[in-house]
Amino acid sequence: MKNSLIGALALSTMLTPIAASAQTEVQFWHAFTGRLGELVAAQVEEFNASQSDYVVVQSHKGNYSETLNAGIAAFRAGEQPHILMVFEVGTATMMAAKGAVRPAHEIMAAAGGALDQDSYIGAVKGYYTSTEGDMLSLPFNASTPVLWVNRDAMQAAGVDPDTDLSTWQNVDAALTALKAGGEECPLVTAWQSWIHLENFSAYHDVPFASKDNGFAGTDTELMLNGEAQVAHLTAMGQWAQDGKFIYTGRRNEGGANFRSGDCALFTESSAGYAGISSEAEFDFEVRPLPYWEGVGNAPQNTIIGGASLWVMEGHDDAEYKGAGAFLNYLSSSAVQAKWHQDTGYLPITAEASEATKAAGFYEANPGTDIAVIQMTANDTTANSNGLRLGSFDQIRGIIDEELEAIWAGDKSAQEAMDSAKERGDALLRRFEAANR
Amino acid sequence: MEKRVTFRGWWLPALLIAPQVLISAVFFFYPAGQAIWQSLFIPDPFGLSSQFVGLGNFEYLLGDRYYRASFLTTAIFSILVTLCSMIPALFLAVIADRLIKGSGVYRTMLIWPYAVAPAIAGVLWLFMFNTRVGVVSWYLGNLGYDWNHVLNGGEAMGLVVVASAWGRISYNFLFFFAALQAVPRSVIEAAAIDGARFWKRFWTIVLPLLSPTTFFLLVVNVVYSFFETFGVIHTITSGGPQQSTTILVYKVFSDGFVGQDLGSSSAQSVILLFVVGLLTIIQFKFVEKRVHY
Repeated sequence: MKNSLIGALALSTMLTPIAASAQTEVQFWHAFTGRLGELVAAQVEEFNASQSDYVVVQSHKGNYSETLNAGIAAFRAGEQPHILMVFEVGTATMMAAKGAVRPAHEIMAAAGGALDQDSYIGAVKGYYTSTEGDMLSLPFNASTPVLWVNRDAMQAAGVDPDTDLSTWQNVDAALTALKAGGEECPLVTAWQSWIHLENFSAYHDVPFASKDNGFAGTDTELMLNGEAQVAHLTAMGQWAQDGKFIYTGRRNEGGANFRSGDCALFTESSAGYAGISSEAEFDFEVRPLPYWEGVGNAPQNTIIGGASLWVMEGHDDAEYKGAGAFLNYLSSSAVQAKWHQDTGYLPITAEASEATKAAGFYEANPGTDIAVIQMTANDTTANSNGLRLGSFDQIRGIIDEELEAIWAGDKSAQEAMDSAKERGDALLRRFEAANR
Repeated sequence: MEKRVTFRGWWLPALLIAPQVLISAVFFFYPAGQAIWQSLFIPDPFGLSSQFVGLGNFEYLLGDRYYRASFLTTAIFSILVTLCSMIPALFLAVIADRLIKGSGVYRTMLIWPYAVAPAIAGVLWLFMFNTRVGVVSWYLGNLGYDWNHVLNGGEAMGLVVVASAWGRISYNFLFFFAALQAVPRSVIEAAAIDGARFWKRFWTIVLPLLSPTTFFLLVVNVVYSFFETFGVIHTITSGGPQQSTTILVYKVFSDGFVGQDLGSSSAQSVILLFVVGLLTIIQFKFVEKRVHY
């Protein structure tokens, strides 16, 4: 015992001089690889070079789910990073963990950032804002679904590529024409629950869950078996039976089909821009996500997907200052504008969007502003702020299963969504019990 | 009469089994105990608070018909994996046993797939059967069969069974082959002189003599299909379409590490522990009686 104490003391005295002369280290765990990983590394490098007090160390921890798991496991072991990237689906889990996180707005203000929470785009920050209106995490990469069009495929099937596709009624007609014109894959989608239920509900201003989609409390219930949702899924189920909608998988498998030119229409995140623009060897175009004319208040606004940065509990003040300084740097409009233009993710402040417009980026890259317009066209409502549901990753899994039953023709849309509600509600009750 | 040798004193035997007891205690009893303890709570993911629910997690699970359905899925899956990995292995071993020239090369080639990790095997098979670019699905398409394991549960099950059994054939082959080599030549030759043909000899002499190996492989393969096929399922189907390939161990993973529901996940581990324990007891009690050593 005595020996080990002396050993520890010796070790710490050996390390202290180095630690004192070195900068304060801030750990940042994220989920990006490939091009996005390089861009994040570049941001971190630029921040480290810009000042001498702090050094941010970025590490990749796997995909979104794996990164969240790594953060949770590290917290339980007392080894948590300062900043953790959590995808939007994990938001309710993080918000409920009061003793594990610190509100981002406090950290950023303490680091001297002149944080004006009103400067953030409402539909982006709404997802991460407490009921009191405080931003609990910093939105990092946010995207929203849009409609991607393969103009060459439309042409080949004898459909006018400029035809109006703003409503699902029009899309329905276009799909029929495409099919008749010999197109084997008229419509394909990525992230089916996110686009065709979560965003669908917000876009038509109908609730996805009670208690303002979970914003007002954990005693929330799913309402995805409403009339509007069921009507949409019934139509899609019919398209699937008729071979007008091709199901490729639960995530973004459909992207490969679209990028290779196999499919005519593709509902996918606006952040698909990077991949599509680099791979597609056909004339493509971005259109706003379609809506059903006459259903709800469509078009309201779509909601986001992506991730935000959470500051974790259990570090000392100097380190929090460094974390805050890094978050302030990330939210500055120059960094945001560059990120938006490089990746197709949304800018998180109106200022960054203005800067992008002023630089002439939207004119040079037509369609890249559609996502921004779609998100900001209207003030958000209780149904279109976003979702805040516990165990939501798992609930999405249930929704995926039930949607597969519709596409396979095993269940009607009503049966499937009733079942999704029943199974999802059981998980919501467990989440409520765990966080009482 | 069985002869028993008795040693006096207790400390030497205790010392000799101590390492095994210690390893079992640290790596088996302690985690199993933790799982049982945690299954009585609904904790939050960060370990900040937890609600004691008694047997509530078990009640919740057993009341869930999707969880109960997963038992049937697991049973079908394990039976198919065990059959698909043992029968071809035995067949290949019998052929290899009769080879006179080149059996070394043949054996080495057959052992290769065992070196491929399950997750990698999953990706390989997925690539061959990919609905868009897969070689096999393309040929099937030419034959007029529309392969779509993304929506067709039966095809998805078939694919994960084949991918799980494939690497396992090598392992089983090794054991069967070694066992076949150990069958006394004199017995076979005697039967041959009596006029028994190959298949007759196989059914009446070789197979009964292989029974200890077969029994061992049966236990090991069932345990394999219960626990180690996780990587294959994760890479190929993630449990879908709908719930057609959600086996028990995959559900433990997805509830625990995707859903962060550690209470339910622990309760499922406990149930799984009992199921496998029970299966092994049944195998030893009833199947082993038919095994000739």
